[in-house]
Amino acid sequence: MPGTSADRAGTCLLEASRIVKRFSGVTANDEVTLKVAAGEIHALLGENGAGKSTLVKIIYGALQPNAGELFWMGEPVTIASPAAARDLGIGMVFQHFSLFEALTVAENIALALPGRYDLAALSENIARVSKDYGLPLTPSAVVADLSVGERQRIEIVRCLLQEPRLLIMDEPTAVLTPQEADQLFITLRRLAGEGCAVLYISHRLEEVKSLCHNATILRHGKVVAEVDPTRETAASLARLMVGGDVHDVKATSPEHAGETLLALDNLSLAADGPFGVALKHISLDVHAGEVVAIAGVAGNGQGELFLALSGERTTSPGDAISMGGTPCASLRINARRALGAAFVPEERLGHGAAPGFTLSENVVLTRHSGKDGLAAGGFVDFARAAELNQRISRDFDVRKGKPDPEARALSGGNLQKFVVGRELDRQPKILIVNQPTWGVDAGAAALIRQALLDLARSGSAVLVISQDLDEIFEIADRIAVISRGELSAAEPARGLTTERIGLLMAGAHEKARQPVAEAV
Amino acid sequence: MHAFLAIILTIITASTPLLLAALGELVAERSGVLNLGVEGMMVMGAVCGFGAGYLSGSVWVGVLAAIVAGMAMALLFGFLTLTLVTNQVATGLALTLLGLGLSGVIGEPFVGQPGVKLGNIHIPGLSDIPLVGPLIFGQDLLVYASLVLAAAVAWVLFTTRAGLIIRAVGDSHASAHALGYNVIAVRYACVLFGGACAGLAGGYLSLAYTPSWIENMTAGRGWIALALVVFASWRPARVVAGAYLFGTVMILGFYVQSLGLGIPSQFLSSLPYIVTVVALVVISGNKTLTRANTPAALGQPFVPDR
Amino acid sequence: MRLYLERRPEHSRTMAIASPFIAVGLTLVTGGIIFALLGFNPFSALYIYFLDPLTSLWSIEELLVKAGPLVLIGVGLAIGYSANVWNIGAEGQLVAGAVAGSLFPVLIPSWQDPTVLPVMLLMGVLGGMAWGAIPAFLKVRFGASEILSSLMLVYVAQLGLDWLVRGPWRDPHGFNFPKSVAFDGWQVLPTLSDSRVHLGIAFALIAAIVLAVVMARMLKGFEIRVIGSTPRAGAFAGFSRNRSIWFGFLVSGGLAGLAGISEVAGPIGHLQPSISPGYGFTAIIVAFLGRLNPLGVVAAGLMLALSYLGGEGAQVALGLSDKIARVFQGILLFYILACDTLILYRIRLAAFGWSGARQ
Repeated sequence: MPGTSADRAGTCLLEASRIVKRFSGVTANDEVTLKVAAGEIHALLGENGAGKSTLVKIIYGALQPNAGELFWMGEPVTIASPAAARDLGIGMVFQHFSLFEALTVAENIALALPGRYDLAALSENIARVSKDYGLPLTPSAVVADLSVGERQRIEIVRCLLQEPRLLIMDEPTAVLTPQEADQLFITLRRLAGEGCAVLYISHRLEEVKSLCHNATILRHGKVVAEVDPTRETAASLARLMVGGDVHDVKATSPEHAGETLLALDNLSLAADGPFGVALKHISLDVHAGEVVAIAGVAGNGQGELFLALSGERTTSPGDAISMGGTPCASLRINARRALGAAFVPEERLGHGAAPGFTLSENVVLTRHSGKDGLAAGGFVDFARAAELNQRISRDFDVRKGKPDPEARALSGGNLQKFVVGRELDRQPKILIVNQPTWGVDAGAAALIRQALLDLARSGSAVLVISQDLDEIFEIADRIAVISRGELSAAEPARGLTTERIGLLMAGAHEKARQPVAEAV
Repeated sequence: MHAFLAIILTIITASTPLLLAALGELVAERSGVLNLGVEGMMVMGAVCGFGAGYLSGSVWVGVLAAIVAGMAMALLFGFLTLTLVTNQVATGLALTLLGLGLSGVIGEPFVGQPGVKLGNIHIPGLSDIPLVGPLIFGQDLLVYASLVLAAAVAWVLFTTRAGLIIRAVGDSHASAHALGYNVIAVRYACVLFGGACAGLAGGYLSLAYTPSWIENMTAGRGWIALALVVFASWRPARVVAGAYLFGTVMILGFYVQSLGLGIPSQFLSSLPYIVTVVALVVISGNKTLTRANTPAALGQPFVPDR
Repeated sequence: MRLYLERRPEHSRTMAIASPFIAVGLTLVTGGIIFALLGFNPFSALYIYFLDPLTSLWSIEELLVKAGPLVLIGVGLAIGYSANVWNIGAEGQLVAGAVAGSLFPVLIPSWQDPTVLPVMLLMGVLGGMAWGAIPAFLKVRFGASEILSSLMLVYVAQLGLDWLVRGPWRDPHGFNFPKSVAFDGWQVLPTLSDSRVHLGIAFALIAAIVLAVVMARMLKGFEIRVIGSTPRAGAFAGFSRNRSIWFGFLVSGGLAGLAGISEVAGPIGHLQPSISPGYGFTAIIVAFLGRLNPLGVVAAGLMLALSYLGGEGAQVALGLSDKIARVFQGILLFYILACDTLILYRIRLAAFGWSGARQ
C-alpha cells in the first residue's frame, strides 16, 4: 500500500495555478489552485455548483480558462481539447456515460480510441487489461445487457487502455453497490501504486476519508481548504464544504405502527421489452405514520416497480397491490389517486411534468380527475388551476421568474419542489416517490425530505425509492433493498448497516446471473 | 418456359429501383434520420434522368442527372432537419409533395417523348447460355450495381470504422457528440447518400424499366421502399430479399391480369400496397425484433449544446 | 460563417403568431423569383396568382368551394397531428367516404325525400371513419407505422373507386363513361342561391369552431396536446395513447369522409374516378400552416384555396402550367417548417474556428 501523504514524495504531475473561469456573470472558478502528485489519490470536494465540474473540464481540455495557468510535470501547457489532454496522459471517466446500447463492449471502446480499426486485437486487449485490473469485461457483450456497474467498467477500461498518468473520476460510486465500490477502490489503489495519479470528485465523505490522500475543497468557486481527509471527520469536511453546520432533517420516531395503508402481496410483473427488468414476488407493507425506503442501485427494477404501483402498468391478481385495504393492482392511475394515493416519478421533466406546458397546466396534469374539480363536465377550470399553482409555489418555496412559466424554465430543484408540492398539496393518504432529491441542490433537498417526513408523521404512508443511502438513513423508518427485480424484507433502519445493505444489493446478483467475465 | 423467363427478368428490373431506394434510406436511417421524402426524391430522379437523357441523347448523362437530382432534394431535406432541426416527419412529407409537384412541372415538355434506354450487357458465350445466360449475364449494369451496392453497404456498416460511427450516431447522438464525433456531418453524408440512391432508383424507372416520363410514375414505390427498410430490420441482406419479394408481387399481379381470369385489374394493381401493409404488420408485431434493431435515435432531433 | 441554434428558455409567443406570416411572405418572394426566372414579370404574375382571384364575386365563391374540403379535412388532421398521430391517408378516407355516402343514391336512385341526404352524409362520415380505423387498429394492435399504412390505403381506395365506377356502379345509360348515375333532387347538397357555395362549407366552419373549443378548453383537447408532446407525462396523467390514436384517426377520417361525400353530392354530382385534386394531401399543408390550431386552419385553408385558384388563373392568363400550384404548396410547407424553428430556437451565426470537442 502506498504511504500516507506525509511521506508522499512523488513528482508533482499536474498543477493548476490561479485558474479563473467566468460564464455570463457567474464566476465558476475564482483563482483556483490545485496540485496533484504522481501516485496520489486526490479528492475534489464541493457541493453542486461549487465549481468542481468546471475545473475538471478545464483540466480535461473541454473548456479554456479565462486566466491562470496549467503545469504538467513542471512545464506550462495549454490543453486545447480532450484529444490534447489524452496525449498528455490525462484520462477521464464521466459521471454520465457516453455509451451505445446496441453496440458491443469492444465496439464502444473502439469508438473512443483513435488509431487503426482492428476489433480482434482490441478485444484481446480489453479482455486482458480488464481482467488484470479486477474489472473483468466480455468484449463481445452488448452494452444494453450490462448492469450500470459493468457499464462503468467499460469507461474505466477505455481510459486504462491508453495508459494514463492522471485519471479523473467524476462521482464514480453514485451508481455502484457498496461491494462494487470496494472493488473500484482496490483498482484505484493499485493504479496509484503504479504511479498513476487519481483526481477523485465526490461528495461522499466517508469514501473520501477511506480512499484519498489529499482533498481540495471548493465552495462557490474558491478553494476554501486543502486537507488530509484521513485526519478529518465527515462532519468537519461537511462543514468546510457547506460553510456552516448542515441542517439536520428533524427525524422523529413514529409513535406506533398505524394501520397498513399500502400492501404489496406477491407482486410480479413481466419485463417490458428486451431491456427491462421483471418484478418477482414483491411483498411489502407500509403503515400510516411511517416512511419506508427501498434502496438499490439504478437498473434493478425501481422504475418498473414505480409504474406498477402508480398504475401506469397494471398487473394481476387484483390484490397484489392494495391501497387503504382496496385491491387495486388492475386499476389505472386515476382510480388509485381516487383511493388517496399520490405519485412522484423519477424523471421530473418529461414524466412528472410536461416541459412545454405551464405550471398551472401541469397542475391539471395529475389533478384533473377526482375531488379537485378541475375538469367538471369535460371543461378544464384553468383559473382554479392557476390558484393551486400559486398556493403550491408559496407553500413549497418554488422560485420562478414569473407567476406561470413553462415547466422547462425552472431549475431542477425548483421543479422538483413543484412536482412534490403538487402531490403533497392534495394531502394524500399514500405517497410513492422515486428518487425524491436526485440532482437537486442541498437547500431544496432538505425541504423536500422534511416535507416527506412531515407528511408521514401526520398519518400518511410514505414509500421512498432512492439510490442515495445517506438520504435513506436520514428519513426512513424501515428499509428494504431491491435487486434484480426482487425485494428483500424490510428491516428497521436503526439496525441496518451499509455493509448489510450492500450484501442485500448484491445478493440476488450472484445467485441469478453468470459473472460477466469469462476466463481468458 | 419463355414466358417464365420473361417474368423472372421483369421481376428483376421491377425490384431493382426498390432495392436501390431502400438501401439509401437504410443508411440514412442507420444514422438516425427518418427521410419520408423518398418518393419525392425518386420522382425527381425519374424526371431529371429522363429529361437529361432525352436532351443529351446519352443514357449515362441521364443516370448522372438522376443521382444529382436526388442529392439536391436530399440536401434541402438535410438543411431543414439537421441544421434547422425541423420535424423530420413533416419535412419528409413536404419533400415528397414538393418533389411530386416540381417533377410534374419539369416533366411537362417530356410527356409522350421517346427516351433513351439503358441497354443490357452482353458477354459473348456466357449470355448465350439458354435460360441462365440472359438471367445472370444479361442484365443491365444497374441491376448488378444494385446488388454490389447492397454488399458494399453491408460491408461498410459492419466491418469498417466509418460504418461503426454511422451506427453509433444512430444509436445515441448524445454519446457520439460527447466522444467528439460530428453528428451533423455524419448525418448529412448519410442523407445525401440516401438521396443519391433514391434519385438513381427513379432514374432507373424512366431510363430502364419503362423508358418514358409519365407524371407520378413512381406510383408509391418510394413509400414501399420505406416500408422495406422496416421490414428488413435495417439489414442490407434482408432488404435485397424484401425488394425482390415486392417486385415479385408487383409483376405477378400483371401476369395474372394478362391471363384474363376475370380478376379486376384494379385489385391486382392494389396487391403491392396491400402486401406492404401486411408485411409491416408482421414485422412490427414482433416487438423483440423491432425494439432490438431500430436505431434508437431514429427521427429524434439533435441540437448540440455549446 | 456557420449557422447554429440557441435554445430559447420558453416557446416564443411572438414567433408562434408571426411564423405563418413570415412563411407566406418568403413563399411569395420565392414565387416572384421563380416567375422572373420563367420569363414573367414577377409582380403581375403574383397579382394574377394571389390577388386577382379575390376581385370577383364568382371567384370568391370558388375560393370558398375549394377551401371547404381543405378546412374540413385540415381541422381533423390538425387534431391528429397535435396528438402525434400521423394520418397521411386523408385522401383515401375522403374517397372511402364518398363511396360509402354514394351507396344509396347509386343503388336506389329513386330514393328522393328529405331523409336521403342526411343518410348519405352520415354514411360518408362512417365510411371515412372506417377507412381511418384500419391504420389506427394496425398501430394500436401491432405498432405498425400509421404513416405507411394510411398512405398505402390511399392507393387501395383510389383503385377501389376506379373499379366501382368502371364496373358495377357505372351508369348503364352513361355512354360507357366511367361514372355513376348523376345524383338528383334531394340527393344533392343544397347551395346558396345560384352559386356553387354549398352546405359542405358550413360543415367546415362548424367543425373548426367545435374543435377549437375542444382543443383550447376541454380536457380532451388537453389530453391530445399532452400525449402528442410528452407521452410519458400523458400516461402519468392517466391519458391513454391508444385512445388518442383512435380519436385522431376517427375524427380526421370522419371529417375527410364528410368532405368526400360533400364533394360528390355537391359540386361534382356523381361518382367518378377522380373526385379530388389532392385535397387530402394539401390539407396536410393547411394543418401545418394553421399551426395545428383549428381557427388558424380556416385562414390557412383560404390561403391554399387561393393558390389553387391562382394556378388555374395563371394557366389561362399566362400560359403557366397549373402544376405550379403544387410547387408553391410544397415550398410553402418548407418555409412553414423552417420558420417554426424560430419558435423554439434563435438562429445564430458564428465565425469558423470553433471546432468542437473532437477527441
